[in-house]
Amino acid sequence: MDFDGLVRDFPDLTTTGLEQGAIYALVALGYTLVYGVLRLINFAHSEVFMIGTVAALGTWQAMGYNQDSSVSGIGLILLLVLAGLAAAVVASTLTAVAVERVAYRPLRRRNAPPLAFLITAIGASFVLFEAVGLFSDNIGIGGERGPFGMVRPFQPATLFSIGGWDITNTQVLVVFSALGMLVALDLFVNRSRLGRGIRAVAQDPDTAALMGVNKDRVILLVFVIGGIMAGAAALLWNVTYAFSRFDVGFLIGLKAFSAAVLGGIGNLRGALLGGLLLGVVENYASGLFGGEWKDFTGFVVLIVLLMFRPTGLLGESLGRARA
Amino acid sequence: MRQKLARAFGGIAIAALVFGGAACQAGEDDGGDSGSGSSAACGMKIGFFGALTGDAAGLGIHMRNGTKLAIDQYNKENADCTAELVEYDSQGDPAKAPALATQAVSDQKVIAIIGPAFSGESEVADPIFQQGNLPTISPSATRPSLSEKGWTVFHRGVGNDTSQGPAAGRYIKNVLKAEKVYVVDDQSAYGAGLADEVKKVIGTPAGEDKVAVKQTNFSAVVTKIKNSGATALFFGGYYTEAGLLLKQLKGAGWQGTMIAGDGVNDANFITVAGQQVAEGTILTCPCAPATEAKGTFVTDYKTAFDNAEPGTYADVSFDITKIVLEGLKDGKATRADMLSWIKAYNKAGTATGVTYKFESNGELDPTQVIVWAFKVQGGKVVPDVEIPKA
Repeated sequence: MDFDGLVRDFPDLTTTGLEQGAIYALVALGYTLVYGVLRLINFAHSEVFMIGTVAALGTWQAMGYNQDSSVSGIGLILLLVLAGLAAAVVASTLTAVAVERVAYRPLRRRNAPPLAFLITAIGASFVLFEAVGLFSDNIGIGGERGPFGMVRPFQPATLFSIGGWDITNTQVLVVFSALGMLVALDLFVNRSRLGRGIRAVAQDPDTAALMGVNKDRVILLVFVIGGIMAGAAALLWNVTYAFSRFDVGFLIGLKAFSAAVLGGIGNLRGALLGGLLLGVVENYASGLFGGEWKDFTGFVVLIVLLMFRPTGLLGESLGRARA
Repeated sequence: MRQKLARAFGGIAIAALVFGGAACQAGEDDGGDSGSGSSAACGMKIGFFGALTGDAAGLGIHMRNGTKLAIDQYNKENADCTAELVEYDSQGDPAKAPALATQAVSDQKVIAIIGPAFSGESEVADPIFQQGNLPTISPSATRPSLSEKGWTVFHRGVGNDTSQGPAAGRYIKNVLKAEKVYVVDDQSAYGAGLADEVKKVIGTPAGEDKVAVKQTNFSAVVTKIKNSGATALFFGGYYTEAGLLLKQLKGAGWQGTMIAGDGVNDANFITVAGQQVAEGTILTCPCAPATEAKGTFVTDYKTAFDNAEPGTYADVSFDITKIVLEGLKDGKATRADMLSWIKAYNKAGTATGVTYKFESNGELDPTQVIVWAFKVQGGKVVPDVEIPKA
């Protein structure tokens, strides 16, 4: 164990861990929302994210910027970021809605058992990432199944440092975007009329329907919101890593799902807390035990925590506590 | 009633199998007869085993192309007695390899395998080839232990990591003269093996860490490398992780040089990292530059594959496929005959110029092993120097 290393690297490990955790959190929101309302783990959500990264990449390439381009000028940076964001959000949202329409709604109409949903979710996930893998050549975003490099709208650079803690521009962007989006989503769910619909369906779908809530519309809305969050996460991912691949969603999907469970699945604030916590725990574990222990430690923490708090850190609350 | 029916069907099925098998056997005997004289063995298959899809496909496709080129040329010259290429796409995944290897072994027409391309899949596939006595020549599996398992069917047309690893170490020590070297590997059979060999030459590294294949966020290891003050990084692994790691390192302000092995020696590395980031990276390979291969190989390759530059090991694959093809031409129609043909082979390849002569454990004759350092320059992997043997 490398305690000296951990102490030396503590500031960097913390800030980069928070950055990664914020991306986990945004993806985790999609899992948590769908679970809160439908009691369904939407395993295709990782692909919703992946398609967002690919869409932003494709848009940048269409604008003439690839991994070898350098970008300068605040106007161009803003243009690239906004165009990428728009592309990622639109693509992710459409994918999420398509998955709902094709893989879930027909089953719901026939009152299928929960396991059937799980299988169609995994099936949809495979179809989506294989499709991107197979056709990436044809749509001109990279070689078949190739790793896709992409332009960096801006290079990571230290923005300011406080007492040896260097904070970079991407970290600020990623963490504050995630926080901002969570606050907005929290307000939307708890304050708006549509949000009340979501909570009503989460709490008791049948009674909600009797009270005049259109269940299908609420479910669609939930998938749309999940898609928007995943799209935003995809853009932040692109800005941070400037990389994508057809199977890039798998690992982050798994981590985000774990983050959602860690924080209490079905709980929006829990998703954020779980994401950030998982991000930093992984980094501390890498610093202390070495990189090969990163996933091991992350999941040990998850298991231990669930042993003592089976509902996760903040418990499940989308429908119940604050209804 | 139903049971009777099932039995009847079963009986018919078994009978069909037996007769079918006998017919097959007869067909092979015919092939054997025609080949036992001086005439060539016709209609045999040569398998290519490696990643043609998946995230390491960039490496496998060039090797497949080299093999395909050799077979296509052979078939053009011997239009009345051709050989067939069968592709076994393992995606570079050891989990997928056993089923494919079994498939290859059970097809008696498959007389030799070019591959498996990677060390990890070789570990699991080669025992199956050994059972089927199906000779293999790998153009690129460089893990040293592969030749120590007593597999008589195993051969490799390149040096192993005990030649590549130390050469990379010597390059770091003598050419770069780097004092603080950080060593990272991806925990794969190949990456960890290579990193171990490098560590033996450079002494105690400034630090070491492990990452995982398919990992994308390297922030923790980036932090450690940066704060260790290392000026050079040796990475044992494949191009995707190498590209991502280097990009995140440079993004965090690290200024040093990355050195990596043949698993990174691919254009995809530059695609992932981006030109500016990849610039100056040193990539070793127990091979000579394929783009400078001898004879008409480069032009032939470009004509055959849409003007693509031959990638790493394309020339080696071409040459080792020709070993098998020459065996076919000589009438070696059984796996056993082909195996002794390969074992006794001693001739220079037309593309690499390397004399292919195998030791009894399947290793290429050590005097024939060359290791080159390549450099990323202007977005391309260009030959730098041949690394001296000591």
